[in-house]
Amino acid sequence: MAKKILTLIDSAYRCTVEEQDEPAVWITEVMKGAGGDFTLLLQGNAVGYLVRGQDGSGLSFGGVKLTHPVSVDRDLTQIMGKGVEVYFVQDDAEERGLESSDFIAGAKPVSRAGVAKLFASHDLVWHW
Amino acid sequence: MATKKKLTFALMDPPFENARTVTTMRLIDIAARRGHEIIVFAYEGAVGHAFAKQAKHANAAHGHDLAQEDHPLAREWVANILAASQAAGGKIDWINCGLCVDERGVGEFIHGTRRGSPADLLKAAEGSDNSLVIGTRG
Repeated sequence: MAKKILTLIDSAYRCTVEEQDEPAVWITEVMKGAGGDFTLLLQGNAVGYLVRGQDGSGLSFGGVKLTHPVSVDRDLTQIMGKGVEVYFVQDDAEERGLESSDFIAGAKPVSRAGVAKLFASHDLVWHW
Repeated sequence: MATKKKLTFALMDPPFENARTVTTMRLIDIAARRGHEIIVFAYEGAVGHAFAKQAKHANAAHGHDLAQEDHPLAREWVANILAASQAAGGKIDWINCGLCVDERGVGEFIHGTRRGSPADLLKAAEGSDNSLVIGTRG
């Protein structure tokens, strides 16, 4: 039986311009496709990934535009569609003035106090 | 004698830029010298650790020529760790994420490391006693 692995992301927007995705989300999606059992937890600044309708377009260097700007909200919707449950730390969202109504559908809130229980329900916790 | 373990490390940071890289190498080095079986999955900038074309240089500010400076190179650290593992009866599978390698143009690895994918990380973690992801921090 596959180990239950929790992907924990709190450093937001690392290499998202260059990679045109969120690497930890991308790697998790690839490993899910390879048969892994994954849950994803967003905390700290990464709770902002859930905000609907983010637009990373418009960047250009020397007049040449980035053709596929990152869309983490889209990628998270996609990964949930593949069976990865996505949680976010509710307290971190509130501290940043983010409301659940701002978020894409499907992500589940967890209190900061509830994070330990979430950890305990997984075999591995990977803090990306 | 301590029981041999199977340990997986995932590394994100590139060589030469922060103390986390050195700490990571120290952890892997200790495990290697104790003969544990190790899988390293290097992704993003960490694929640069095993890049074969890293070169030493002189340092005029130190007053050193090339030989005197003996500049540390990540590829040599990796090679030394691989050798130490073998000497201790252990084994290291050092995997460089293929897409990360391609976009950086660092496909020439030192001997003993190989190209792979996140599926290799999953497989390694499933079969390991423990695993540790060391990501870049902003």
